[in-house]
Amino acid sequence: MSAAAVIGRAAASIEVEKLSRHFDGLKAVDEISFSVGHKEIFGFLGPNGAGKTTTISMLCTLLKPTSGRATLNGFSIATQQDEVRQSIGIVFQDPTLDDQLTARENLQFHAMLYNVPREEREERARRVLDMVGLGPRARDKVETFSGGMKRRLEIARGLMHYPHVLFLDEPTLGLDPQTRSAIWTHVHELRQEYDITVFLTTHYMDEAENCDRIAIIDHGRIAALDTPGNLKHGVGGDIITMRAADVEAARAEIREKFNIEAAVTEVDEGDRTGGKRVRLEVPSGRTVLPQLLKGLATDVQSVSVREPTLDDVFLSLTGRQIREESADKMEFMRTRIRARRMRR
Amino acid sequence: MRRFRAIYIIWLRDLKRHFRDRARVFGSLASPIIFIFILGEGIGSSFALGSALGGLDYKQFIFPGILGMTVLFAGVFASVSIVWDREFGFLKEMLVAPVPTWTIALGKVISGATIAAFQGALMLLLAPFAGVNISPLLILELLPMMFLVAFSMTGMGILVATRLKSMQGFQMVMNFFMMPMFFVSGAMFPLKNAPQWLDGVSRIDPLTYGVDAMRAIMLPGYPNRFPLGVDILVVGLLSAVMITISVTAFSRQA
Repeated sequence: MSAAAVIGRAAASIEVEKLSRHFDGLKAVDEISFSVGHKEIFGFLGPNGAGKTTTISMLCTLLKPTSGRATLNGFSIATQQDEVRQSIGIVFQDPTLDDQLTARENLQFHAMLYNVPREEREERARRVLDMVGLGPRARDKVETFSGGMKRRLEIARGLMHYPHVLFLDEPTLGLDPQTRSAIWTHVHELRQEYDITVFLTTHYMDEAENCDRIAIIDHGRIAALDTPGNLKHGVGGDIITMRAADVEAARAEIREKFNIEAAVTEVDEGDRTGGKRVRLEVPSGRTVLPQLLKGLATDVQSVSVREPTLDDVFLSLTGRQIREESADKMEFMRTRIRARRMRR
Repeated sequence: MRRFRAIYIIWLRDLKRHFRDRARVFGSLASPIIFIFILGEGIGSSFALGSALGGLDYKQFIFPGILGMTVLFAGVFASVSIVWDREFGFLKEMLVAPVPTWTIALGKVISGATIAAFQGALMLLLAPFAGVNISPLLILELLPMMFLVAFSMTGMGILVATRLKSMQGFQMVMNFFMMPMFFVSGAMFPLKNAPQWLDGVSRIDPLTYGVDAMRAIMLPGYPNRFPLGVDILVVGLLSAVMITISVTAFSRQA
């Protein structure tokens, strides 16, 4: 089977039907179904432990599903493992480069493992390295690279065999903001240049906006699947948040007088003032707010109006903020250790 | 074709890594030097071992044994490095490639054996200083033997690696597995006068046969424990069994 033979076999790049994976009774992935079109940038968004990596592992044939089926580029993940593997490039959360080898050697070995013809290896290595801006560093040992450079090299490596689908598992985790935005530029570029479908996972809301479509995943299930714009639209206009002396009283009053179901939420520690807020979704903040302030007897201390973000989408779908979990201490440590390891 | 290439890649990568690390290549000569020239000199000059050694100098006697030790340590260490690959990710890159898992384990066995045999060959440079005569012919006879011993050691190393969660556990492997194998093998003393239990244990130690064979090749006058043919048969058989078991076990677990 040559690398060229596996390209362009199916209309949809990824097709998933009722895919599940259980670990000792825990449903890590619970009957998810979706399909990803050719050249689409498709995002899996959800907190840590939602089932993102498990899904990727199954689609990459590293993990056997408990039930359900999936095809990748038309090949079944259950019965056509080698064909699936030849069709995909993967960048894992943790670096998988050999840092005692040079960038070029890492790419060469990869090309050999993936059956790239000998006469093309050199040329392809140069092309992918130039794309991620590592051309001048081709002959340097990977251990001298920064975390961002390693991630870029891994993306380049994933492209060496011209895969049909590129998987990126948390591609920007542990990277500084500048490098993050550089990675996103590459992702958009490579769709143009390599005619490729990108499947990625992230728990950064702002980054998910880079996707054509997003599946919001929580507790192993897909809670919503749409374009970022439509998802935000679905929240229902604008978000009003109020700080009040008595939030419960304010909420009751809003329900009574305006017939709007408001929620009381805990503001995460990122906000200096902290504490509880009344939060409501209204079709148009500009028209509702003046009436609201005029009509309320409860003392309102401050108020803000904004357009919904994907954070709000997640909140309205699951009743939780995505950051609650990622701010978890253990996870923070893990991320730190990972970042340090990547810098090594 | 693709499978051969996968094995070749894993072999080539390990060799590149090994030879790039000069400290590891030459550093592994440190303990043989200590054993032969400090321990060997000290014990040889303090005790009258004449008859038990068949008239050999103690340094001469232990040289093939230390050669066996070098191959044992280098072989097991090289193959257990697959744990390191698992911990630091590179293994995942190989596991997700469109090649069967057994090629990874087999590639690792072959590269480990190559490295171990090379380290053994390097140690032959010390032979003249230990009073052991070596000739090109002798080296030609020794190399296949070292490879054979190395294969059984790397096979065992891979098997150990399937049970090892991290490189920290390697210390345990050293203490409870490699050290006993080395001492029981008769590398440091002839087992002629050993109590029965020790003699018995030594017979189930694969290194015993390896050391015995190397001693037969290097010290032609020495009265051997087993015929050379038996040594080669046992080590060869053991290598085949070890490699089969470990490659299967690794493929199943990965």
